[in-house]
Amino acid sequence: MSSELYNDGPVVHKPTFIDGTSIEIPELKILKQDGSTYEGAELPDMDETLALKVYKTLAFHRVLDERMVASQRQGRLSFYMAALGEEAASVGGAAGLKPQDMIMSQYREQGALMFRGFSLENFMNQMFSNEKDLGKGRQMPIHYGSSELNYMTISSPLGTQIPQATGYAYGQKLQGLDEVTLCYFGEGAASEGDFHAGLNMAAVQEAPVIFFCRNNGYAISTPSDEQFRGNGIASRGVGYGIKTLRIDGNDILAVIKATQIARKYALKENAPVLIEAMSYRLGAHSTSDDPSGYRTREEEAKWQANDPILRMKNWLLAQNWWDEEQEKALFEKLREKILAAVKVSEKISKPHIDTLITDVYDVPSIQLKAQLEQVKVHVNKYPEAYPFTAGKF
Amino acid sequence: MAKMNMLQAINNALDIAMGEDDTTLCFGEDVGHFGGVFRATNGLQDKYGKLRCFNTPLVEQGIIGFANGLAAQGSRPIAEIQFADYIFPAFDQIVNEAAKFRYRSGNEFDVGKLTIRAPYGGGIAGGLYHSQSPEAYFAHTPGLKVVIPRNPYQAKGLLLASIRDDNPVIFFEPKRLYRASTGEVPIEDYQLPIGKAEVLQAGSDITLLAWGAQMEVLQKAADLAANDGISCEVIDLRSILPWDIETIANSVVKTGRLLVTQEAPLTAGFASEIAATIQQECFLHLESPVERVCGLDTPYPLALEKEYVSDHLKIYEAIKRSINY
Ligand SMILES: Cc1ncc(C[n+]2csc(CCOP(=O)(O)OP(=O)(O)O)c2C)c(N)n1
Ligand SMILES: [Mg+2]
Repeated sequence: MSSELYNDGPVVHKPTFIDGTSIEIPELKILKQDGSTYEGAELPDMDETLALKVYKTLAFHRVLDERMVASQRQGRLSFYMAALGEEAASVGGAAGLKPQDMIMSQYREQGALMFRGFSLENFMNQMFSNEKDLGKGRQMPIHYGSSELNYMTISSPLGTQIPQATGYAYGQKLQGLDEVTLCYFGEGAASEGDFHAGLNMAAVQEAPVIFFCRNNGYAISTPSDEQFRGNGIASRGVGYGIKTLRIDGNDILAVIKATQIARKYALKENAPVLIEAMSYRLGAHSTSDDPSGYRTREEEAKWQANDPILRMKNWLLAQNWWDEEQEKALFEKLREKILAAVKVSEKISKPHIDTLITDVYDVPSIQLKAQLEQVKVHVNKYPEAYPFTAGKF
Repeated sequence: MAKMNMLQAINNALDIAMGEDDTTLCFGEDVGHFGGVFRATNGLQDKYGKLRCFNTPLVEQGIIGFANGLAAQGSRPIAEIQFADYIFPAFDQIVNEAAKFRYRSGNEFDVGKLTIRAPYGGGIAGGLYHSQSPEAYFAHTPGLKVVIPRNPYQAKGLLLASIRDDNPVIFFEPKRLYRASTGEVPIEDYQLPIGKAEVLQAGSDITLLAWGAQMEVLQKAADLAANDGISCEVIDLRSILPWDIETIANSVVKTGRLLVTQEAPLTAGFASEIAATIQQECFLHLESPVERVCGLDTPYPLALEKEYVSDHLKIYEAIKRSINY
């Protein structure tokens, strides 16, 4: 074992604690809320075209969330999870990557998939679990995935994607690909054992993986001071020997900059990077949750003033890349399009009854085929009890 | 007596348990101030303080490992796993640790005071990760007890028995019934026996057996069969491990037929264990093969949930199959 791994401090002759507060973690901020940038700030590599694409994606995200939460309230949709106030983390993360990079998300990062061009129809069909859903109507709303867009299908059990991302990235390295894996997770999920496994293995196995923590202050009702006591999630990266950045998660320029730098470093050095994006979950955890039971309006108001989308808009206005008229037209068009898409998707049939047994294995077993036949006979006998499939096979 | 839903009955049982013993604790994800995502621990932090009812970090293996340590020390932990689907990170702490603590130490140490509560089961449009019924995994583990109530009265009495039992108990709560099932529940303390099935309806033609949320479905099927003149004996197993072989065998000796239904997939589910035992105990009395009405051998679906589940119509058909064998 080589001792160069350790950066030993001074030798002492009486017990001397080190503690968390001795690590100071800088926070990267580039863009101010008024749209101006900090003096001396290093801007990300981004031209007008990319900037407008990022902004339009943010706008799409905001409107989609708004409409889907409303649809859930109207009883048209069973469930939804919005990312209100933290859209910059997901959209900016994807914008700092190359399309071939794998993204493994937790669930509140639909913005990354939007940036990659997942169609409105694809979003809708997943949420309405219809026969056009790529996931065949098997998972709850917002559990998207697309192999074409290198976006791994979401899994509800928290933290499981973290060590998987390490393995995925190791495979990319082994095959000499110009690819990294970016892995999103919440500060709550970072408490899971899989977080430790994933980060430690990434450091030891030297995998080009970017761990992107969205620290939004809450895991459902649990505030982060009841989740951990160290200096955020970033301080842990240091312990694993992983290059670590803390950034303002509501600052789109900081997110893109950090992701671009992390990608370069991960590829060049074959090593992981940890990014901790500081933000706030402005909305409810999900449509099943009501935050008024565990936090105050005043606390929420403080963060409302930090809106990442408004911040980017102010910047675009200052660049003369955008104006209020375009703004109004964009949001109006988005609302119309999304509403129309809801109306189409909710009427599309549920998946075919045969999808009950497909994909459990590469091919259905004899037993599964027999079970499906039994179900079909039964559905034919009681068609009125199974309206989604009766008469459709 | 008071009218309670299942959540209120569970909350009431936890309140009694915490009130009678200062070493009893309730903890888990969102369990403290908020009172749990289903509100089962509502008000307990206010009443008993943050040291005895609290949020834990989001780590199931930690929650059960911590609970094992507490129980070994002599406290009485009641740990909540937010959904049974998320119990698997704690599988090692349950199966290799809690279940074997006493045995491996020659009874030098035990975690008998441990109770694990977890909402389980389908019927809430939850898809594959908010619908599972994992009781069979744990029934395969000597050293654990597994208890599942069907209504508020049962929930309170069985939970109090589980908390006081001197073995680690997993208490699976049928979340579909949390608010849907209501009934009269005594305000005072009472216990129902673990390991004892309950005959809910006497009958002579066939024995129908289930547990938890499936009892409601089973009763519906029994009512359909009654219209055809079929007399069903309906039994709630209540406790999966240990299970009441005697009550079931006595019933099957009388009726000559057995149907078991569960939400979980067919293969290697607990219904299979019951079928094997009953064919051995009652072989010469059986008029037809034991029927198992279960989920398909697939993950729990979302859009096609209706087609997948072992509903009352599938049970009704199986009853007729058994009778006409
Ligand atoms: C293993 C596991 N345990 C519990 C849950 C239930 N659960 C879903 S989301 C959530 C909170 C996650 O918080 P965080 O990681 O901070 O992400 P955020 O919701 O803030 O985006 C919990 C406890 C789960 N999905 N998986
Ligand atoms: Mg969070």
